[in-house]
Amino acid sequence: MNGPLIIAGREFSSRLLLGTGKFSSNETMRDALEASGAQIVTVALRRADLSGRKDPFANILDFVDAKKYLVLPNTSGARNAEEAVRLARLAAAAGLPMWVKLEIHPDPQYLLPDPVETLEAARVLVKEGFTVLPYINADPVLARRLQDVGTATVMPLGSPIGSNRGIETRAQIEILIRQATVPVVVDAGIGAPSHAAEAIELGADAVLVNTAIAAAEDPLRMARAFRRTVEAAREAVEAGLATRLDHASATSPLGTFLDTL
Amino acid sequence: MAFSEVFAQSLANKSRTLRAFESLLEPSSKAGLQELARHSAALTRRHFGKTMRLFAPLYLSNECINSCAYCGFSRENAIQRVTLEVDQVEKEARHLVAEGFRNILLVAGEHPKFVSGEYLAQCILRLRTFVPGISVEVAPMETDGYRPLVDAGAEGLVVYQETYHRETYRAMHLHGPKKDFDWRLDTAERGDMAGFRRIGIGALFGLWNWREEALALAAHLEHLQRVCWQSQITVSMPRLRPAAGEFEPRHPLPDREFIQLLCALRVTFPTVGIVVSTRESQALRDIVAPLGVTMMSAGSHTEPGGYTGQGREALHLTVRGKPVIGSGGTAATEQFAISDERDAKTMGRTLARMGLEPVWKDWDAGILVDA
Repeated sequence: MNGPLIIAGREFSSRLLLGTGKFSSNETMRDALEASGAQIVTVALRRADLSGRKDPFANILDFVDAKKYLVLPNTSGARNAEEAVRLARLAAAAGLPMWVKLEIHPDPQYLLPDPVETLEAARVLVKEGFTVLPYINADPVLARRLQDVGTATVMPLGSPIGSNRGIETRAQIEILIRQATVPVVVDAGIGAPSHAAEAIELGADAVLVNTAIAAAEDPLRMARAFRRTVEAAREAVEAGLATRLDHASATSPLGTFLDTL
Repeated sequence: MAFSEVFAQSLANKSRTLRAFESLLEPSSKAGLQELARHSAALTRRHFGKTMRLFAPLYLSNECINSCAYCGFSRENAIQRVTLEVDQVEKEARHLVAEGFRNILLVAGEHPKFVSGEYLAQCILRLRTFVPGISVEVAPMETDGYRPLVDAGAEGLVVYQETYHRETYRAMHLHGPKKDFDWRLDTAERGDMAGFRRIGIGALFGLWNWREEALALAAHLEHLQRVCWQSQITVSMPRLRPAAGEFEPRHPLPDREFIQLLCALRVTFPTVGIVVSTRESQALRDIVAPLGVTMMSAGSHTEPGGYTGQGREALHLTVRGKPVIGSGGTAATEQFAISDERDAKTMGRTLARMGLEPVWKDWDAGILVDA
């Protein structure tokens, strides 16, 4: 049994977080969530009905069982701190948990997060009592600044959202993990279970996956594949992964010399 | 830098992106086209998922002071015209919301007297309380003219250049403010400056050689992605449809090349939204829906009052811009004839059968304005 993931004092046995966009239907999404074993599920607020009118044409939240999952509202669509803060407040007012995945990506081409606005919004939201999980570029200094204002995690990207390119920011993520005082969740760019395993083996506390599962031919089986891989990778970490050696360890001339002494 | 200043240069000295796009437009074999379509479909799924955004146009007015050779609303056409009152606009919008639409495009001809900025802002304010996403497709304005519309709650601006070929543009736009090619060309950027978050551009295919039109359109897209970097850019390639005035397209874009163009745009601009309206036939829309399209309309009417018969009492015939007293008919004249007549529900079911989730709401005006 793997050790729990703890975010803001709350324990989770799954280290796989799921996004809910891009699925072919809400039913498929619901089944994939189930198969993934995820316990934290993020939902784009702009797609949900926040008016309390139970809009049947914006009913994505009806398919994410709040008893089973921590519904993590995200601020996707916000272009700056002000908009993200407003969205988080709207979600709270609509009765969603006071947790927020803070995403501010003003550039719709690559959806890269804006560090300046993210830090600013995090500061405001933490003060207002939100548990803040910010999506950031793999920038170790930004991660520390966010920790300092009190975010519950940092969520560096592996590569741009939807790119399926894996952990291209590996070197930065390694630094970030070494320095982090809060859980590190690698988010975005994870296109295959092997990418998720790589992140976990690097020491990330969890991963967030969306496109790779939602856009798969069989999202349910893909969700299961990610679940197993993330569990296995975490188990390997807890079992004590062998350290990678950058050179062969054949007997050296020094060793031979030392033996003669 | 405004696009009108770099437009000629961008075609004379093509970027790598444009050259790649150009090569995708070359005549291609069936196998080549199928390969392009597969690539296009895969990129679309990766960036937009298995989803399709849906919207409906709501025509506010078909009054127009421009004479455009191809348009049903042209001042030259003796047609039944009307401008809906704000209450009537609300009734039309409520009908669309009941159908499922949460994203409505307000469309109007160019007529400063009937379709003023103030009137448009009033329409938007009225709709904002029950329509999450509102866009406008109206006569080009100055940046300062657009700001009140953004403040009222509009998030999208649609403006098609019609044709990027100057001579053809001149020949098609005989009278009225629309004659100014460069003014229209820079409209998207003025809209972006005013704060619109989605900018839709396009060309009306049939007026000029389609490959040249497409290249210019791509140059415009490339420019906007660089300059309006915070806006979601969408592109549309409507083809001429039968309309009052009986204009015949001189440079038709055949179905096969339409599909090639759509897929070439997707492959070149993977994150740009691609819009296909009900101008296209049911058969063609079903073919292209999974290939690269991200936004579709359904059950559209292209005349004011088309959904619920609003404004009937104020209908009047205009002949060369002059209303004829006592000439009211039973319905306003449409801008063009639509082809795919399936309603929202049928379209939603069709998309679901294709494995595409119809997305009705993907925007919340609450992001912009405190409720």
